[in-house]
Amino acid sequence: MARIEAEVGKPKGGFMKWIDDRFPFTSTMKYHATEYYASKNFNFWYVFGVLAMVVLVIQLVTGIFLTMNYKPSADEAFASVEYIMRDVEWGWLIRYMHSTGASFFFIVVYLHMFRAMLYGSYKKPRELIWIIGMLIFFVLMAEAFAGYLLPWGQMSYWGAQVIISLFGAIPGIGDAIVEFIRGDYSISDITLNRFFALHVIALPLALIGLVFVHIVALHEVGSNNPDGIEIKEHKGPDGVPLDGVAFHPYHTSKDLVAIIIFLMVFSSVVFFAPEMGGYFLEHANFEPANLRATPEHIAPVWYFTPFYAILRAVPDKLWGFILFGLSVLLPAALPWLDRSRVKSIRYRGWMYRTALALFVVSFLGLGWLGTQPADGAYVIAARIFSVVYFAFFLLMPYYTAVDKTRPVPDRVVYHG
Amino acid sequence: MSTNTCRPFILAALAIAGTAFGAGDVALEKAAIDPGNVNSLQRGAANFMNYCSGCHSAKYVRYKTIGKYLSLSEEQLIDNLMFNAEKTFETINAAMPEADAERWFGKAPPDLSLVGRAKGADYVYSFLKGFYVDANSPTGVNNHVLQHTSMPHVLWQLQGYQQAVYTEHSEEDAEGRAVTTQHFEGFEPVTEGSLDAEDYDLFVRDTTNFLAYIAEPIRSDRRKLGVWVLIYLFVFLIIARMLKKQLWKDVT
Repeated sequence: MARIEAEVGKPKGGFMKWIDDRFPFTSTMKYHATEYYASKNFNFWYVFGVLAMVVLVIQLVTGIFLTMNYKPSADEAFASVEYIMRDVEWGWLIRYMHSTGASFFFIVVYLHMFRAMLYGSYKKPRELIWIIGMLIFFVLMAEAFAGYLLPWGQMSYWGAQVIISLFGAIPGIGDAIVEFIRGDYSISDITLNRFFALHVIALPLALIGLVFVHIVALHEVGSNNPDGIEIKEHKGPDGVPLDGVAFHPYHTSKDLVAIIIFLMVFSSVVFFAPEMGGYFLEHANFEPANLRATPEHIAPVWYFTPFYAILRAVPDKLWGFILFGLSVLLPAALPWLDRSRVKSIRYRGWMYRTALALFVVSFLGLGWLGTQPADGAYVIAARIFSVVYFAFFLLMPYYTAVDKTRPVPDRVVYHG
Repeated sequence: MSTNTCRPFILAALAIAGTAFGAGDVALEKAAIDPGNVNSLQRGAANFMNYCSGCHSAKYVRYKTIGKYLSLSEEQLIDNLMFNAEKTFETINAAMPEADAERWFGKAPPDLSLVGRAKGADYVYSFLKGFYVDANSPTGVNNHVLQHTSMPHVLWQLQGYQQAVYTEHSEEDAEGRAVTTQHFEGFEPVTEGSLDAEDYDLFVRDTTNFLAYIAEPIRSDRRKLGVWVLIYLFVFLIIARMLKKQLWKDVT
């Protein structure tokens, strides 16, 4: 910090001096970009943070334009979405970008979280970054859930019906909570209106605030890396970490490549498969909400299905709800469940590697099962995966403590 | 045939609510539509206007949208397709008032703007080919794809009537009781229609093609644009990659 202030203090002139005398522009740019040093050995897994920012911007911008033509009313919502799709100039593109963006938000965030699990990014001193990240994830889930009601299709309606009614399992106050969320005795125009308010202002505001805090916390301690080494422990005479390169222009130029590749994948879906086989836009949602006809098979959108499968795997309603909630909340405890002396999977033993592999299999398995009807062998499979899912977290203090780790090198591994 | 096609069936359809069972376990026939075939779409549009739009609306679809993609002039639209509208910016509304429809059929015939997306082309194709004689039904017919549909067999004059053929399988369940299951084998004609089987298939395929088209009129445009977007991004990618390599040269 001292060094940055010294440079800021250098005599300057012209426009930038005028600005800097009134606003810490140059020093902020230095602190967060040109003199923010991150490890030079970032790999594939390190692009998902910036990609999450890209998707956030896509969602905010397309969302604003959607709001200009969408009507949050039970009578008009469905028709207004079709109006956007058919009659608004470029409306179809804006809508597909937004619907595809919702799914990609979760793809990117899940991979971002997985990166942290690979390299122990949640471990000391980054526990708070992880906690803030989990809060972002919770808000994102609420944001996506509220947004999914807005098109007022069959799946919007019945999906919301199923999820909101879960809260009814809470003893005593369950029904009151359900009524409080809906604002009515059933999901109605009133529910749609309040979900609209939450989706377009309350939750995005929280999201942006949390993302800002997430990055401030990250830049305070510095980014982790695939070796799980603190690069600040080896600084050159100029005070710059020896293994670090400036975020701008080094990481930004690398991220730009990642962003373009991401946009190519994203565009492939938007332009060639916006429904993504019924996973991104469910077929039943092309029918307007009908209170009198329950769809044959109600499944939440894919990004909720791992947790939904856990819910359905439990025979008891209340315990189902508790374990469902726990499955979402548990990852927040990772910094304290993980007792390993090393951060990165590169230097961990076979126990953690096996546990993580099993966790990934169970998470994907639950995700798939959540899209299928809950009967027969599927329920058994969901129960097995649920046990594995919880075991990964609950047994972690044990297996990470006894797992044989390998010595961590002083400096990061970089092959140029 | 005109928009009055529905009239005889209104009498036949003694209010029974169509219960939505979905496709369930029924194996759907492949529609094998060709979305790029404008002739097929034009025929499908004519079929829709003549046989469907009396009862079914496509209320999100404007005539001029159809005209643009099907290469039809305003005059052609007005003369051939617009029985129920005056201006080409109007949407396709059913001739039959919705309130009446609900009284007559138990529920109003659904809007067909999005049936191609909600149910899929195969479903629509199989449904239109799936009517069979059923003496227990108020309309005299049932549908293999959507059991107990309240829709009468509007296309009987074209297809004729057919009956469903089942084979019975007798098995014993776990407790030794005889259980008979019916296995659907196919249809066989009862009366002949004005079209032979092949022409009826084409008729249904064209209609399905049109319904799939109106479900997402922008489909072909988005695909064309998508190719350009990907080409642009690819060029951008090469440049970005060169920039990255240049900047990282001094990182060792």
